[in-house]
Amino acid sequence: MNNSEFKFTPENIERINKEISKYPLKKPAVMATLYIAQEQNGYISNEVIKEVATLLEMTSEEVLGVVTFYTMYYQKPMGKNHIQVCTNVSCMLRGGYEIWNQVKEKLGIDNMNVTDDQKFSLEEVECMGSCGTAPMLAVNEDYYENLTKEKVEELINSLKNSN
Amino acid sequence: MEKIVLPDIDNIHILDVYVENGGFSAAKKAFSQSSDDIIDQVKKSGLRGRGGAAFSAGLKWSFMPKTTDKPKYLCINGDESEPGSFKDRQIFEYNPHQLIEGILITCYAIGAKIAYIYIRGEYHKWIKLMQKALDDAYAAGYVGEAMKEKFGTEFFCNIYIHKGAGAYICGEESSLMNSLEGQRGYPRVKPPFPAQNGLWGCPTTINNVETIANIPPIITKGWEWFSKIGEPKHPGTILFGVSGHVNKPGVYELPSGTLLTDIIYNYAGGVPGNKKILCVIPGGSSMPPLRGDQLEGVKMDAESLKAAGSAIGTGGIIVMDEDADLVKVLARISHFYHHESCGQCTPCREGTGWMEKILKRIIAGNGSTSDLDLLITVANQIEGNTICALGEAAAWPVRFMVTRFRDYFEARVSKEVNLQIANKVHSMRETERPLAEIKN
Repeated sequence: MNNSEFKFTPENIERINKEISKYPLKKPAVMATLYIAQEQNGYISNEVIKEVATLLEMTSEEVLGVVTFYTMYYQKPMGKNHIQVCTNVSCMLRGGYEIWNQVKEKLGIDNMNVTDDQKFSLEEVECMGSCGTAPMLAVNEDYYENLTKEKVEELINSLKNSN
Repeated sequence: MEKIVLPDIDNIHILDVYVENGGFSAAKKAFSQSSDDIIDQVKKSGLRGRGGAAFSAGLKWSFMPKTTDKPKYLCINGDESEPGSFKDRQIFEYNPHQLIEGILITCYAIGAKIAYIYIRGEYHKWIKLMQKALDDAYAAGYVGEAMKEKFGTEFFCNIYIHKGAGAYICGEESSLMNSLEGQRGYPRVKPPFPAQNGLWGCPTTINNVETIANIPPIITKGWEWFSKIGEPKHPGTILFGVSGHVNKPGVYELPSGTLLTDIIYNYAGGVPGNKKILCVIPGGSSMPPLRGDQLEGVKMDAESLKAAGSAIGTGGIIVMDEDADLVKVLARISHFYHHESCGQCTPCREGTGWMEKILKRIIAGNGSTSDLDLLITVANQIEGNTICALGEAAAWPVRFMVTRFRDYFEARVSKEVNLQIANKVHSMRETERPLAEIKN
């Protein structure tokens, strides 16, 4: 991707228009549009922000304000497998920090870092709503719950071995 | 005991199964009555909000202006980000059509043509499940313009899902509206309240997912039936999410007023290793924690919990056994509220950080007794001095935990006493019967 410019694919423009149609204005579609942009571009660059602003008739500053308010938009490329480990109370009581330390050690990276091969990134996250199935982690959009050290070992190994 | 929100019917999440079991008959019944009648029935049923504040749902609806030339909106709060809460995702997964039917009836009652279901961004899977249910309901004519024909009525409404992106504060209703409008999710100063000045300045009602899922059975079976379930002042069933040190964590739908000890020992299988209970947070991490010796006879409903010195919140029960490190727990809770403070109000933005720092100092072994007083002072200066309730959410756990477990905390800041001794200071509740070791 040429970094000086970002354009949505025609398919994504269609998806964005569908999102806009939910609301009386264009601006409320900004959160969905940013998700689509992140999916296409891998992260939210300044060029993405400019394009989203133009498309939704907002200022770049307004879009940036939204990007920085929420934790799920990333302003730098994350790994192919973005691993999110919950360490909040309910997970903590059931070994969330042990899982966190295990994953950290296994991947050799710290919070919000990416492995050299871009395959993994790691994030310590707040409560994901898996308190009844704690401890948990998420790989991209998928939850892995009721974790044990063995399960984590197996999961990371299988992700390492997959392309 | 009959379950209202999560009935034991296989595949009730599938539209056909839902309809076979009487689904959408409540909407049909509601559309044949006046909207005032519906509001009246919900008021009389005694249904109180399940999102934390336990405010009367019918009363909230009645605040919507009758005559206005502005469009009206309904927002369903599915942000569910209070640590210890994981109940709404069960509704998205296991009974989404009852939520949809509840939304139709609510829209009819308040005169809204559009409803947004705001679901937290991390719930990718549950957003997809909810969207699938919604698509099916649209295709079958239960939602949208096709409703007119399906129900033989002039009324129709559209329902859309709005995906959040990871911000606890967006569960606060005015923050949720700002987020939905495409802005930073800053809470708004109230008044004006959403019913006067909500989404895009229009009259708006915001209800929790579980609250609205209760509406169809109230219409079908009548408000009298509902008002007799559980505690009269907070009737109905509540989805209790039990987590932490219990053998069977999970969501249990039980009548309001069920004993807290019953939920922990009988439904959630007691404490692993037959350990004693040191502390329970009864309603999600922001609610005042109870000591192990304060649990006896405590009923789980808004009024009883208030009398017991806590609050029902979202019904998320977090259990901590005798070996839990309360200082670390409180530091983790404080870290959360510091992280999630939106930064608008100085007492919350700064105070949450101070409390976290002081607690980390205590963990590092550098705390002193004056730190405990300082924690309470800071908490007291946040409480009541902020735009939204995150101030209270951050202050309550600190104030109540330090006060209620004062000897525990004193022992921790005193260099001579180790944690084991500190734990013995409190009388803790014994389990009633031996229990199996925890299984993964």
